[in-house]
Amino acid sequence: MIGAMSLKKRLAKLAASRSLRRGLISVALFFVLWELSARLKIPVVGAIPAPTEVLACLGRELVSAYYWRSWGVSLARILAGFAIAQVLGVPLGLLLGFSRKAREIIFPIIEIMRPVPPLAWVPVSVIFWPSAEMSMIFVTFLGAFFTVVLNIVEGVAAIDVRFLRAAASLGSSRRDVFWRIMLPASLPSVLVGMTVGMGVTWCVVVAAEMIATNTGLGFMTWRGYVAGEFPMIVVGMLSIGLAGYLSSGLIRRIGLHFTPWLKGQ
Amino acid sequence: MSVGGAISVREASKIYDPDGAGVLALDRCSMEIGKGEFTVVVGPSGCGKTTLLNAIAGFHELSGGEIYLDGRLLSSPSRPARPGSDRIVVFQNGALFPWMTVWENVAFGPMAQGTLSKEAAKAKALSGLEAMGLSLIADDYPGQISSGMRRRAEIARAMACEPKVLLLDEPFRALDALTKTVAHQFLMEVYDRDRPTVFFITHDLDEAVFLASKVFVMTTRPAGVKKILEVTLPRPRDYRLLASPEYQSLRAECQDAVREEALKAFSAGEREM
Amino acid sequence: MIETASGSLKPALGELSQGRPRAGFFSRVGGGAKRWLRGPSPWLNLLGLVGFLVLWHLTTRVLKLPLFVKLPGPLDTVKEWFSIQPVYGISIFTLEYYQHIGLSCLRVFLAFLLATGLGVPLGLLMGWKKTFSDYAFPILELLRPIPMLAWVPLAILMWPTRESSIVFLTFLGSFFATLLNSWLGVKSIDQAYFRAAACLGASESLIFRKIVWPGAMPFVFTGLQISVGYAWFSLVAGEMLAGEFGLGYLIWDSYILVQYPVIIIAMLTLGLVGSLNSLAIRALGNFLIRWKKRESGQ
Repeated sequence: MIGAMSLKKRLAKLAASRSLRRGLISVALFFVLWELSARLKIPVVGAIPAPTEVLACLGRELVSAYYWRSWGVSLARILAGFAIAQVLGVPLGLLLGFSRKAREIIFPIIEIMRPVPPLAWVPVSVIFWPSAEMSMIFVTFLGAFFTVVLNIVEGVAAIDVRFLRAAASLGSSRRDVFWRIMLPASLPSVLVGMTVGMGVTWCVVVAAEMIATNTGLGFMTWRGYVAGEFPMIVVGMLSIGLAGYLSSGLIRRIGLHFTPWLKGQ
Repeated sequence: MSVGGAISVREASKIYDPDGAGVLALDRCSMEIGKGEFTVVVGPSGCGKTTLLNAIAGFHELSGGEIYLDGRLLSSPSRPARPGSDRIVVFQNGALFPWMTVWENVAFGPMAQGTLSKEAAKAKALSGLEAMGLSLIADDYPGQISSGMRRRAEIARAMACEPKVLLLDEPFRALDALTKTVAHQFLMEVYDRDRPTVFFITHDLDEAVFLASKVFVMTTRPAGVKKILEVTLPRPRDYRLLASPEYQSLRAECQDAVREEALKAFSAGEREM
Repeated sequence: MIETASGSLKPALGELSQGRPRAGFFSRVGGGAKRWLRGPSPWLNLLGLVGFLVLWHLTTRVLKLPLFVKLPGPLDTVKEWFSIQPVYGISIFTLEYYQHIGLSCLRVFLAFLLATGLGVPLGLLMGWKKTFSDYAFPILELLRPIPMLAWVPLAILMWPTRESSIVFLTFLGSFFATLLNSWLGVKSIDQAYFRAAACLGASESLIFRKIVWPGAMPFVFTGLQISVGYAWFSLVAGEMLAGEFGLGYLIWDSYILVQYPVIIIAMLTLGLVGSLNSLAIRALGNFLIRWKKRESGQ
């Protein structure tokens, strides 16, 4: 009862809030201007299909099997590439974070590879891997891998020395220090790496699909351009945006579950 | 020598309403502060002292009542005050601009108000710093000097505007005991020279009685005035005063009043606001 | 991880603000070179690099492992890269190599300039004036989740020339990072500074010049470093899909023409130019934010 009351009150407050009113005005204006610029064929921005056309196209696509298959294909690639990046990246990151020697040996290699944009790997990946699917997953993996590794290394480096000293003075063994102090202390940065990595992953997969395959949301968007079905481009972009948004949100949600002490910070 | 600076707070109230649950921070609080008076306000944490200071400074409006400065309406619910260079605040955690050197900070006020040219403001800042014994740090960035120095520099910045009222919000809270006594001496010298009206918030009762001409002991939230202590100890004061019986009895009186409110606040589960 | 002023900023900024650039290998060679050479680390560093090259060579040329055998080896690459008469026409002695580099740099430079020129003022304004952010923020949030590379087809469609669409794509890559970090920069400024400035009688324009601008500067420069990374990132995609020159195009073209060593040359060049680029911005940032450095070095 109390919850319902306060929710109602909060909603009323939100409706009355000036920020919300302003936000609604500006979003509405944005769509109106978009529609107008498309109708009036204003140079450059007028080339973007109007929102009404996009809506119509979206309506058609939502019931097409091709559309949903594209979602499935892209999601599968993301999942595979991202999972492999975690499986390899998290232990490597921890190793580099904890062992100075390992860091000295491996870091320069990473520092040389990292500035090469992931998409530049597409041809090499296509040459190397026997199947297109594998090369796609490899590029996706690369997108997330470096972000994950570097975030963990940084997270481990940032662990407060006082925690380690406190643990030592409380009589922990080295093993305990690793499992109960260092691991949880670096968990937040693992999660940050995952969230950022997920963003990069979507970016990479989309472009890689445009460049080197004929399946997935990225290709669907590209096909819209090639086939002259321009509203399809925007439908594709929105779908990709939504997919990226949802997957980042999911990671954040999972992350919060594993780091309850960060809630409310 | 500043002219004017008498503050009159009449039945001031302030309700915070962050998420529908109104919190009464200030309840019909009245206070008369004479021109050139060194007023210290003490009270439990989160009792609304800073709220009052912010209202005088013009950082937020009142929900009720008025504040006058030299008989002129400064703030009321319908006419909220605006910050002005006649009332300068020295902040709790310090607000020297870290990207300006100390002299640039001190020259900022006169330059911002357009009362002085850039060269004149610099000259004034440098001579002001020299008069306060701070010329050694004039070219340093705030990040390079000690926290005690920073507090002094911030007071120097405030005084460069020749304010009628100096508002200090627990300025020496983070200083260690030794640095604090030096800072007190510094503030006393500044006060004795220019005699601005001072509105000084603190938790530290020694500081309160040592500095003040009048101590206002506030009640726990919502804040109102519980007790007023006139401190008639002669000026200029120095640390030897701390041993005198007059000082001791004033401090004890102050302590009794504050302790009662602090206990009330504690049992009400108050937390720092 | 960059602390954000309020919880609501966090999800909004997650991706861009936290992918913070780091002090890298190349920066170490510059600054503490002497100290670096004295410790054991240069030998370990070298060991790592040499090990990597040897492994590369062994897998591709000596053991000829399946999969690896198709890749060019390190020796082929280096031979080609530094050859006066390269087999595939690209080496440090050919004009064409520098034309590709030059054009890519020019595109990034133009896009970066545009993104900075628009993103920094907009971001500062959004952070400073609530009214403005009330209007601008929802639109930004609407556009931001779309990965910049999903814009490729639309960019080609919108702009009359391929050149302009590549620059536009590159611009998009940097724009959001710059905008969000500038905004965050203003949000990170202690409210007390604004109050103090108001007390001291500063006008709005003075507050902007003396508080907002210098206060947001550290974040702005972090944003610029991130944004230049993103610019290279999207440039490559744009050039691969729509370019007629440039390093990204070179990579793709060499793949089509089966000139594999050139792919590796172009990739390494991309990495090198990208690193130098962010290094230059970091140096500029450190110079402009001297007060911060002194603060931490007290």
